[in-house]
Amino acid sequence: MKISTLKELLEAEVVCCEELLGDHVYSACGSDMMSDVLAFVKDQAVLLTGLVNSQVIRTAEMMDMICVVLVRSKKPTDEMIDLAKENGIVLLTTNKRMYDACGILYSNGLVGNKLKEQ
Amino acid sequence: MSELLNFHFDVDGSDFTSAGQASIQIKKSLRRLGISPEIIRRVSIAMYEGEINMVIHASGGVADVNVTEEAITIILADKGPGIKDIEKAMMEGYSTAPDNIRSLGFGAGMGLPNMKRYTDYMDIKSEVGIGTTITMKVML
Repeated sequence: MKISTLKELLEAEVVCCEELLGDHVYSACGSDMMSDVLAFVKDQAVLLTGLVNSQVIRTAEMMDMICVVLVRSKKPTDEMIDLAKENGIVLLTTNKRMYDACGILYSNGLVGNKLKEQ
Repeated sequence: MSELLNFHFDVDGSDFTSAGQASIQIKKSLRRLGISPEIIRRVSIAMYEGEINMVIHASGGVADVNVTEEAITIILADKGPGIKDIEKAMMEGYSTAPDNIRSLGFGAGMGLPNMKRYTDYMDIKSEVGIGTTITMKVML
């Protein structure tokens, strides 16, 4: 799924890296616990979270994720925006709740990865 | 076994939001060495979890990374409280992190298991009241 499609589906706003909206994501992960996100590698994925601190972007960077969506209208910190820009991660915010945001993406074909251990 | 590169970092334990800087630095350096993305991801995730642990539990520490033609070795050493029961600490979901850490997205009891998951070798030496040294290796 193109990130631009994901943005439309979630009626999201782009915080940074708008130039990368044409990139594709192939899987998704929704969690507020970063260690759970770090447990399983996904292929070119998007992270949906309600957590707001710089570790969200660092976690995405460690996992080579290319897009982060903040749910429930959460506003990113300046440090998060700087880190996302530095690492080329598209940062979006949506007023949808986690469950709804995940459900919308899933029902439009963006599934989570199988639990594949490294 | 010739050593290609050594990296040393002081991990600042006073600021949770800045934790992970050493791992990001390593990730960039390994990319410049032309190492495969999958290996880089495994090394940087394992080191990141270790860094987070040092900040949460031990007020920081030091991280050393050695790169040879055979392997990447990460050594994390701190002078924190030590791990009382290593076997328990290795269980997914077991955590002694304070509640405020969970609200920051960590402390789910996945740190040490994740470090083991992503590395080919992991050794924990820990003494209560003295500190902990964790050695991890990812083979190239």
